[in-house]
Amino acid sequence: MGLRTFIEGWPVYRQLTGSDPLGRGAAAQSARSAELTARTETADGVARSVCPYCAVGCGQRVFHADNTVTQIEGDPDSPISRGRLCPKGSASKSLVTSPLRQTTVRYRRPYATEWEDLDLDVAVDMIADRIIAARAQTWEDSDSEGRPLNRTLGISSLGGATLDNEENYLIKKLFTAMGALQIENQARI
Amino acid sequence: MAEAHPVGFQWVMEAKRRGAKVFHVDPRFTRTSAVADTYLPIRAGTDIALLGGVVNHILTHELDFREYVLAYTNAATIVSERFADTEDGDGFFSGFDPETNSYVQDSWQYEGHEDDSGSGHTADERDSAAGMRHESHGAQVAGQVRRDETLRHPRCVYQILKRHFARYTPEMVERVCGIDREKFLELARAWTENSGRERTGCLIYSVGWTQHSVGVQYIRTGAIIQLLLGNVGRPGGGVLALRGHASIQGSTDIPTLFNLLPGYLPMPHHADHPTFDEWVDSIRHPGQKGFWGNARAYAASLLKAYWGDAATPENDFCYGYLPRMTGDHGTYQQVLNMIDGKVKGYFLLGQNPAVGSAHGRAQRLGMANLDWLVVRDLFMIESATFWRNGPEVATGEIVPTECRTEVFFLPAASHVEKEGTFTQTQRLLQWREKAVDPPGDARSELWFFYHLGRRLREKLADSAHPRDRALRDLAWDYPTHGPHAEPRAEAVLREINGYEVATGRPLSTFAEARDDGSTAVGCWIYAGVYADGVNQAARRKSRHEQDWVAAEWGWAWPANRRTLYNRASADPEGRPWSERKRYVWWDPEKAEWTGYDVPDFEKTKPPTYRPPEGAAGPEGIAGDDPFVMQGDGKGWLYAPSGVLDGPLPTHYEPAESPVRNPLYRQQANPTRKVYAHPVNSVNPSPPQEHSQVFPYVFTVSRLTEHHTAGGMSRTVRPLAELQPEMFVEVSPELAAEVGLAQLGWAHLVSGRAVIEARVLVTDRLTPLRVDGRVIHQVWLPYHFGFQGLVTGDSANDLFGITLDPNVLIQESKIGTCDVRPGRRPTGPALLDLVADYQRRAGIVAGRPGPAVTPGAPPPTRAADPTGSDPTRADGTGTDHGDREGRDAS
Ligand code: SF4
Repeated sequence: MGLRTFIEGWPVYRQLTGSDPLGRGAAAQSARSAELTARTETADGVARSVCPYCAVGCGQRVFHADNTVTQIEGDPDSPISRGRLCPKGSASKSLVTSPLRQTTVRYRRPYATEWEDLDLDVAVDMIADRIIAARAQTWEDSDSEGRPLNRTLGISSLGGATLDNEENYLIKKLFTAMGALQIENQARI
Repeated sequence: MAEAHPVGFQWVMEAKRRGAKVFHVDPRFTRTSAVADTYLPIRAGTDIALLGGVVNHILTHELDFREYVLAYTNAATIVSERFADTEDGDGFFSGFDPETNSYVQDSWQYEGHEDDSGSGHTADERDSAAGMRHESHGAQVAGQVRRDETLRHPRCVYQILKRHFARYTPEMVERVCGIDREKFLELARAWTENSGRERTGCLIYSVGWTQHSVGVQYIRTGAIIQLLLGNVGRPGGGVLALRGHASIQGSTDIPTLFNLLPGYLPMPHHADHPTFDEWVDSIRHPGQKGFWGNARAYAASLLKAYWGDAATPENDFCYGYLPRMTGDHGTYQQVLNMIDGKVKGYFLLGQNPAVGSAHGRAQRLGMANLDWLVVRDLFMIESATFWRNGPEVATGEIVPTECRTEVFFLPAASHVEKEGTFTQTQRLLQWREKAVDPPGDARSELWFFYHLGRRLREKLADSAHPRDRALRDLAWDYPTHGPHAEPRAEAVLREINGYEVATGRPLSTFAEARDDGSTAVGCWIYAGVYADGVNQAARRKSRHEQDWVAAEWGWAWPANRRTLYNRASADPEGRPWSERKRYVWWDPEKAEWTGYDVPDFEKTKPPTYRPPEGAAGPEGIAGDDPFVMQGDGKGWLYAPSGVLDGPLPTHYEPAESPVRNPLYRQQANPTRKVYAHPVNSVNPSPPQEHSQVFPYVFTVSRLTEHHTAGGMSRTVRPLAELQPEMFVEVSPELAAEVGLAQLGWAHLVSGRAVIEARVLVTDRLTPLRVDGRVIHQVWLPYHFGFQGLVTGDSANDLFGITLDPNVLIQESKIGTCDVRPGRRPTGPALLDLVADYQRRAGIVAGRPGPAVTPGAPPPTRAADPTGSDPTRADGTGTDHGDREGRDAS
């Protein structure tokens, strides 16, 4: 190692002479950190996204590789958040990659004490059958004066405040066509 | 705000750095208080008294922005002589009907308009939460109104306001809210001094404000202040709601709500809207002024989007297919119906009512009495496992082998595993790109509902039942892609935006919607989000490359307008009020409105335009009337209709309060919605007996590190580690009074439940001196439940069910309780403890107590008009000395 390399390897020298007078960037870099590569650099791609927690709507950049989320950062371009995320927004990667996430359908039979597995396709089909049965059992064509009601009060729904507008649109459209009036949302709570 | 909307709070800090003064009003000293200039601890549930004090301060010292108030609000409008105020009715406005505990609003109308209040009876409107329709537009006013530009007429809105708030003095604020009068005056002075031509002030609330039995009136009071000070429609002004969920604004705009259709069109009511024409006319009010005149086009285009080819002008666009409301079908009524066995199936879509809704026990008992339950979530939440892990299993109220509910848990895709738009709290739509595929069986709601609908339609394809026609005729063809046949979200967004049926051309604005079936529009207020076939919500022009309005980041409804009513940022002649506050103005050379934002006004309507006699619709709005969605073009200081519990806000105590209402004999909002169901109860409040059984006030809110019912935070390791345990925060004084030790245990008892929590003793909570006595408040986070990485009892279990009459939102920011040292009992002993408290408090299940306070008989509907009372004509009002004396007795 030449003298010059030795001196330039000394952070204080770099801090005083280089472009990093506060010593928070290049001046403070060690040989080890110089070898590191940020996860964001090796990502396959970046999706422009939005934090799923509160309604501030902070911008997120979602880095991914091999169909896995590798990092989620604040979007510095966002005029709302200017790159910042709060503890929840910053934990988004832990949210979407949490080992606690359920990834298979679970089914509990009436009076059962345990969960069972169920095929997704079968589950959707069973739910469709139950909707048809509930409508048949509870359908109201008209009121006592013969005015139309066209509805069932036998089906309820609650949710949607973390769902996309497009999803809420299809939910409302389908339930309305089913005559299922009792659709509610966190917005009521 | 620093706690619950931390990144939004950076803008408050930015303003502070530029010299703004920050006031924080909260029962508990939080991270927001820590950086505020002044912190004002308040007794929970008394915000109208505080804000009413500010209104009184403005009016007493004539500090309103007079030019703005005269030109842009209804201050000068004369009100019917039949109107009587709460100040004369001991807590009741004129028109109260004690049989239904609701108002007939005829006497609240402007003079000469008594017969067109549009409200037959507000009890029906309460059941259907009709107030929510006004989220996109105000109520209507027919024809011309009488005004007194000198503001001296005793029945002009300005004078009515002045009399109504006259008793909200600094002394009264201190007496009701427990806020030191000097601190109150500091707030009132700072607010008024920072408003006017050169300056604007901003009111920010979080939606805990809505969780009161007078929630809508809280916000009304804030709006009155902002209108008086000229802080609406101007940069740096406004009343800003900080909503709590990524797309909760979107799920109100495109509602998954029982009483609304997309774009705030009302769901039809069986009696009021038997035909398409009657339904449409109830929205647009033929002959009335304002922009709601085109409602027929929005309504027809929505039905066209729903039923496609089947929807024609000849069959009223399949209007007959829409289900009809007959009353209250809200989430709490549904839960009570579940307990009564009336509901077969229940869908929970990213929602956890076992923890997040008021009266958790009622929620869980309801879910345990269904035929089937579908839970779609990222994690195994409490609402999916109540049948094996819930507190009622421990008490023996739910026995798994006897619980018949069939439960389907279907894993959901996360926000990075699907594409689509969220609408954030400022009405801004932002498109999210998809990053990765969802794992395993996890799917988007788009996938689930599209394929569920497809399957239902297949199964019913040959059905001859009339009830299945709406499903069979449904326009349900969406392009799909990928191995799971995921529907294209952009195709759905395009339908929401609306298109020309013949050509498929996306509409650019809702003005292009037609009522003849030639356009289909899924949500008219979102028209323009897909203008020119471009996904405008996906725009991401960096903030460094555009001005501070950032109009090219995402897309805001309506018409990409960032500040509503921004015509008010210019004076009546169309000139900016000041250079400093320049925003939107009239360009006389080009003869059009221009500025930094999309003008909220017809582009070429000059400030000098005056409507011809009898003009209706948009033509009826003058060139200097900025509030274009109101029938009279004015900002409403006084609301003659649209608010069911009064044209003016007035202080009532919460449904549960240890304090007697210092202002009126009527204790609480007489129009609040109460359910007389055996599972429900309300703790007694004065003047009822036994209120001392529940001597303490509890309030709940969020921690920075957790989210709502915890389903997205108690399941996430870093967040769970940061806030690992349920706790109750108490003052040192209360800890000494009750015998609580720091980090020890306490349990809290209400008429519904008992919960336990670790004790955190801090001086962030202050005992308040209210009306001569000390009131202790305790604070709880409401995030905890029995599933997840960190668990604890649920604060919402303590609440009963009492709702605001306008929007049917529950009072879950305040209740009364007892606080006891040590852990709670377990098993059946827990039920015994609650039963013991109920007995001591005289609570009878299903008898929630009278809405009208005994001894406060309301004036009957036929009450004499007080407008003709000679003591009122000079505006002096009546002497209230006797009322205050009565309170003391
Ligand atoms: S990062 Fe925090 S403040 Fe921003 S949207 Fe997410 S939860 Fe809200």
